[in-house]
Amino acid sequence: MRYVISLSLLLVVLWLAISGVYKPVLFMLGGFSVILVVWLSVRMDVVGVEHNPVLFSWRLLAYWWWLFCQLVKSNLHVSRLVFRTRDVKPRLLSVPVPHEAAVAKVTYGNSVTLTPGTVTLKLTDDTLEAHALDEASARELEAGDMARKITWLERREDNA
Amino acid sequence: MALVIDLLSWALLLSGGAFGIIGAIGMLRFPDFYTRLHASGITDTLCAVLILFGLMLQSGLSLLTVKLVLILLFLLFTTPTATHALARAAVLDNVDPLLADTRTTKNPRPSQKGEPSSKS
Repeated sequence: MRYVISLSLLLVVLWLAISGVYKPVLFMLGGFSVILVVWLSVRMDVVGVEHNPVLFSWRLLAYWWWLFCQLVKSNLHVSRLVFRTRDVKPRLLSVPVPHEAAVAKVTYGNSVTLTPGTVTLKLTDDTLEAHALDEASARELEAGDMARKITWLERREDNA
Repeated sequence: MALVIDLLSWALLLSGGAFGIIGAIGMLRFPDFYTRLHASGITDTLCAVLILFGLMLQSGLSLLTVKLVLILLFLLFTTPTATHALARAAVLDNVDPLLADTRTTKNPRPSQKGEPSSKS
């Protein structure tokens, strides 16, 4: 029930933010679509599954900031490689995935893909196979900074 | 003050555009499918982020900015999924990645001149 209420509130806020036109008819349509989506989600049994405490933790903002800095760094690195294609030395690598929760694993896989220079090829329960554009990108992933950051992000769950 | 914000937003928009072009050049210059994914990664991330930040400075504190933030969030959540889906599809279709060489510490198996397989 808690999740149904939080999902409804989230959808209402989202609708208000996106709509911007506040007339009675539109309010009714908005309310109707919120109810429809909530009803469908309940029927599909997905309410609460995706609601993870991790999603609402302040640590997420800290992680996003860190990821953003990594993004800028790796973007500049790959941009340099665009003009020096001689230095492109692709290789495959696999790194362990130390996380418990599925959300954390997916976050790891997505973050690896998001940073240019590394792309996730396969994510299983305990390993992640990736394609790296050059030695530096590969070593950065193998150093495991990102995995540690996500472990720190995930730890919020235990004491939440 | 408005001038400063305008200048800043133009700087962001122009550098975003520049990264978009760099991504496109990389798309043409990189040697194979997997390496080209990395080039499209530039367009997906830094180019989009810079352009959206520039637009946010233009729109100021309004409902429009909320929408731009939402676009940014959805973009950053969906593009890695799309890239991964492409890469995974290529792997399942036996597209062999071009590899520099196999004398890395991770793959100690001996190989002749680093060719992973004779398929091309």
